Amino acid sequence: MSNPQAVIWADKLSKHFGEFVAVNQISFSVQKGEIFGFLGANGAGKTTAMRMLCGLLLPTSGSAAIAGYDVYTQTEQIKQNIGYMSQRFSLYEDLTVAENIRFFGGIYGLPDKQLKLKTDELLHTLQLHTEAKTLVSALPLGWKQKLAFSVAILHEPAIVFLDEPTGGVDPITRRQFWDLIYAAAQQGITLFVTTHYMDEAEYCNRICMLVDGEIKALDTPANLKKQHQAQTMDDVFYHLARTAKRTAD
Amino acid sequence: MRALKFLLQKEFRQIFRNTTILRVILIMPVIQLIIMPLAADYEIKNINISVVDHDHSAYSRQLTDKILAPGYFKLNDYGTSYPNAFGQFQKDRSDLILEIPAQFEKTLVKENQANLFMAVNAINGVKALVGSAYLNRIIADFNAQIRANWIPNPQTGTLPQIEIATLNRFNPTLNYPFFMVPGILVVLVTMVGVYMCSLNIVKEKEVGTIEQINVTPIKKYHFILGKLIPFWVIGMFVFSLGLFGVARLLYLIVPTGSLVALYGFLAVYLVAVLGIGLLISTYSANQQQAMSLAFFCMMIFMLMSGLFTPINSMPNWAQVIAKLNPVTYFIEVTRMIVLKGSSFAHIQQQLLVISAMAVFFNTWAIWNYRKTS
Repeated sequence: MSNPQAVIWADKLSKHFGEFVAVNQISFSVQKGEIFGFLGANGAGKTTAMRMLCGLLLPTSGSAAIAGYDVYTQTEQIKQNIGYMSQRFSLYEDLTVAENIRFFGGIYGLPDKQLKLKTDELLHTLQLHTEAKTLVSALPLGWKQKLAFSVAILHEPAIVFLDEPTGGVDPITRRQFWDLIYAAAQQGITLFVTTHYMDEAEYCNRICMLVDGEIKALDTPANLKKQHQAQTMDDVFYHLARTAKRTAD
Repeated sequence: MRALKFLLQKEFRQIFRNTTILRVILIMPVIQLIIMPLAADYEIKNINISVVDHDHSAYSRQLTDKILAPGYFKLNDYGTSYPNAFGQFQKDRSDLILEIPAQFEKTLVKENQANLFMAVNAINGVKALVGSAYLNRIIADFNAQIRANWIPNPQTGTLPQIEIATLNRFNPTLNYPFFMVPGILVVLVTMVGVYMCSLNIVKEKEVGTIEQINVTPIKKYHFILGKLIPFWVIGMFVFSLGLFGVARLLYLIVPTGSLVALYGFLAVYLVAVLGIGLLISTYSANQQQAMSLAFFCMMIFMLMSGLFTPINSMPNWAQVIAKLNPVTYFIEVTRMIVLKGSSFAHIQQQLLVISAMAVFFNTWAIWNYRKTS
């Protein structure tokens, strides 16, 4: 089922921490421009799986490639081609909005002219023009998250990994956040999103359900609901997550 | 190299924006350099003495006067009861008891010799040692005086004496701060380097921004240079502030040797010290761990560096530790250049060792810093 031509493909990818199997032989592939949802309860292994795909964590066994680069040997090439937004807010709070954009654009190697252009464009899209010189620490969380996402795609990566990007964000801002995600997908960027908001799951092209480190379901939201004879993704989630043996933390 | 430019820009912005840290970096060493040399003075003054005089003769009074004259000793009490004097000892009011026996003068005149008894409160070893040495010397002087008075004709006298002429080089007035200030300055610069560097990186770990850095294609050595260079500049500045500010204006210490050699050594030394800071940060998950580890290292660096005690008088195993301590070399070099007027030619060996340490600690730190765990 794994197709090496896909933007992301993983084959029997596992991560063990001592005796504990955090991720157990997961296999899947993601096509270019797809919005791929990665669902699971807390502690199901979502973040671990994502960290392996980003080249932050070496897998214990199995194989995977991101944009054609191997997760064991080509982690630095992977990093050139991806954007990443972690669970924790990860811009510099003691730098201004404009300084953060400039810094992250700069270390991805954007030339000065493009850096300036991109900064203006981004501030315009996010309607943050008046806040360019505001310290990021002074922004509301929802704005921070939108800014972090925009910074993650500043260098036009092939793939963006988003680890629970909307945690703690109000519904309206979440909606706006998903508009940004759709816009990015339109540009041909592949999006890999973990979440446990089931309404967000509905926005994804395909969904992968992770239970106790294993893939329990992988299909479009519509097909999953049909298979489990459920009205909403919530019901699908309960149905699958009930089988979990691991206690959520 | 372009990435490095952005890293440096970011780092300097963050440092200058954090005014609390900036003040700590600049003001703390200055205050410490003003205060610490005053405390680290080994010249012992104000030794409290109890005199128990059972004799009450002209000689016993002369001796007491002679002891008190130079000002090192302060008469705590003068009495005739040893237990009373010992009571003062126990209350820690007195450091020394000199007991002059009854018939002291008579015995001395008649039998040509007499005994004195000295008891020393040895809880503070240095004070006890120095105090009893002073007292012994004063008594020996007193003895010589008496003998000189008794022997009518000094030319034919039986007083063989060796006079030693001492010339104090490099610090002619035996000024203690001359010796201590350069050493303390070195320790302060080391502290600023190790603490600031390690805490800065660990803070990025705590906040989570380091993960964002690790997921970029940034080169490891770029990231590390981006951290080293700002603190290297700060280290240079703090050292200059101490040397040309506090040491020169307050303690009137003017470096007599080659400033080029001093700054050349400092440049390499800071790389070594910041490498230690980096290394600490790669082994710590949070600022608390980094702080404890840095404190542990600093204590050993400080006490095993020859700052307070000469390395030659340490046991062999301790001398090995002192030789592995970068602070040892810089204190040695700073004292050599500032006080003795040494130049590049004299510090070559130390420079070689510190260069090796700089390479060693930084290589270890870069090796241990993992972008992919």
